[in-house]
Amino acid sequence: MRVELDNLTKSWDEVIGADSITLDIADGELVAFLGPSGCGKTTTLLMVAGIYKPTAGTISFDGQVVNEVAPKDRGIGMVFQSYALYPHMTVFGNISYPLRLQKLNKGVIKERVQTVADMMGIGDLLERKIAQLSGGQQQRVALGRALVKEPQLLLFDEPLSNLDARLRLTMRGEIKRLQEDLGITSIYVTHDQVEAMTMADRIAVMSKGVLQAYDVPEALYDRPKTLFVAAFVGNPPMNFFDVEVMRVNGDLRAKSDAIDLVIPHDRGEKAAAVDGKVIMGVRPEDVDVVDDASPAAEGLTLAGEAVVVEPLGREDLVGISINGVDLRVLVDKTRGVRVGDTITLVFNTSRAQFFDPETEASLLWA
Amino acid sequence: MTQQIEEEADALARAAVGAPGPQRRPLGRRVRSTASAYGFMAPAVALVLVFFVASGLLLLILSFTDLSSANFSRAWNFIGLDNYERLFTDPFFPKIARNTVFYVVTTLIVFNLGLALVLALVTTSIPRRAGFFFRLVWLLPRLTPSVVYILMWQRIGAGDPFGIYNQIVPEFLGASGGNLIFGGSPWAFVILTNGFNGASFGMIIFTSALESIPKDLLTAAKVDGAGTWRIIRDIKIPMIKWPLLFIATYQTLSLLTSFEYILLLTEGGPGLFTTEVWALTSYKRAFATYFGNSQWGYGATWAIVLVTIALLLAVAYVKLFRFNELIEEPRIENL
Ligand SMILES: Nc1ncnc2c1ncn2[C@@H]1O[C@H](COP(=O)(O)OP(=O)(O)OP(=O)(O)O)[C@@H](O)[C@H]1O
Ligand SMILES: [Mg+2]
Repeated sequence: MRVELDNLTKSWDEVIGADSITLDIADGELVAFLGPSGCGKTTTLLMVAGIYKPTAGTISFDGQVVNEVAPKDRGIGMVFQSYALYPHMTVFGNISYPLRLQKLNKGVIKERVQTVADMMGIGDLLERKIAQLSGGQQQRVALGRALVKEPQLLLFDEPLSNLDARLRLTMRGEIKRLQEDLGITSIYVTHDQVEAMTMADRIAVMSKGVLQAYDVPEALYDRPKTLFVAAFVGNPPMNFFDVEVMRVNGDLRAKSDAIDLVIPHDRGEKAAAVDGKVIMGVRPEDVDVVDDASPAAEGLTLAGEAVVVEPLGREDLVGISINGVDLRVLVDKTRGVRVGDTITLVFNTSRAQFFDPETEASLLWA
Repeated sequence: MTQQIEEEADALARAAVGAPGPQRRPLGRRVRSTASAYGFMAPAVALVLVFFVASGLLLLILSFTDLSSANFSRAWNFIGLDNYERLFTDPFFPKIARNTVFYVVTTLIVFNLGLALVLALVTTSIPRRAGFFFRLVWLLPRLTPSVVYILMWQRIGAGDPFGIYNQIVPEFLGASGGNLIFGGSPWAFVILTNGFNGASFGMIIFTSALESIPKDLLTAAKVDGAGTWRIIRDIKIPMIKWPLLFIATYQTLSLLTSFEYILLLTEGGPGLFTTEVWALTSYKRAFATYFGNSQWGYGATWAIVLVTIALLLAVAYVKLFRFNELIEEPRIENL
């Protein structure tokens, strides 16, 4: 099912939950709503579900405006962070509830519940009370309940946030596989950008009720249109520097008190045209730590001091201070970086981002 | 000092539950930890002992005598089971028993549970402030002494030429006046007066229970396809099962022993025992017989039988509604 949101807005007196959200979701696509807490993800989702009535704007399913359609007639299934299972019913009672409301005959209900439960790997738990299940099992029941009525649209509101890290990884894969196999259009709300990047066909990044960007994951990562998107997408987050981009002997150089780096022309032209400071962004993986500055890296090399070392397992996340300017880089464990070490850094400026400090818009992609 | 209090409390609590006292006080940790538990129970136990067990026993003894205002200066005259025989062979006994069941069941189902639930459901479905205001207004009679509340209704419904109703309705609406209490249905008047006030207790309890149902559950039910009625039936009512059963139990018992509404509104009339209930009979026999003769012994008999029924009902409710499922074993183990 195709879903279109057109200038969708929800406000309560003073508070704006969602502000003129416009986006379209193709049939069978999984779209993630990504953003920090309170940015309006749940609000938007609940409008799509029909629980909240939009203050303005429209929601269309397959070209039909559904603003006035009751939740039960929208053909949706929903999964919640809290699972929202009915505690006084058994697993069977929970999964069969949507079908019982449709007044299907008992045999059909039993068969469909069993099929879905088997698919979710909880086929032998049907007689259990909800309180007798683990968190992971409960989430499978919730998923089963959402799937059993064969919805046209699946809505997930942070479904994995209550699970431990390992289980989250497993469930992430399972949900994605199920969604692809069944080809159900889905909206997946999360504040975990790894979840969004790995699962979604496209990601809608939101902030303070406003849709900041809507694109495929690689595009958001490589070509962020706003400072917010650049900062929010990617883990560990992008490093930012206040610099002035200027022409020196036909080269473009990003300069500040602490920094002086050569920037390729295709990256820096627009930034150079700005009169005054711009914000330069460099991802941690675009900075290499080397033993000695090579002549080839002339104009791309800076030296700093390690101030924090966080072991991540395979790599260390090292906080470095370059004359008082802080950045974070990923360093191979074998280098054995220690706090206080002097580090030589080579910047891959051909992947640097530039933003206007006033509008926070990209000087490359906007 | 503390030790002494604990020991006394221990003895008291043991006496209350009929447990044998310790022969030699063992010094094990177990005993000491249970002793402090009994210590905490002691105030409640003392209250029950003085105000329920002691007065109950007194009443029981009284019910085997013919003590009345005519012979109270003489020694108590024990007459065996005569009072009980008299009670069960009283020609109005079946009527009073039926009245009591009717009064309790109707008020309970229609008002204390039914109306209370409706009020709670409605006031939690409208905007919060409106719901709060509505409940506040409905609670006002509870802030008034119930006698004042009852007398107000009594004045409103009183017969010609009194009664507020009589002053207003014939004058402005052209309908004929009359005695609202006796002219209409006396039962309806009594039950309405009691029920409107009685519903507010359940209303408050149910409201807080309804408001503590997680929002996600209601959203899930809507998405699953449930309409208002199915949400009430399948989600809300099962989720407030315990408060419902509690109110049912509590109100049954308090209705069984309440008679002030009937006493003040109809005195059990009109005519013979039309609205007389058990507790009122007991009160009348003991304190307000027409011939100026208070039959304390006979009144006590009515009270004892009623208390027995109430106790049996309480046990039945606890068993039937399985209230013990609510009580979990303490998680903290005694070390
Ligand atoms: N019923 C409501 N009444 C008033 N304000 C609300 C209501 N629901 C949400 N809001 C406000 O709207 C904004 C967006 O809330 P929303 O629940 O959509 O955030 P979210 O992105 O889902 O956050 P989280 O990640 O914490 O779940 C918040 O500022 C919130 O306070
Ligand atoms: Mg949310």
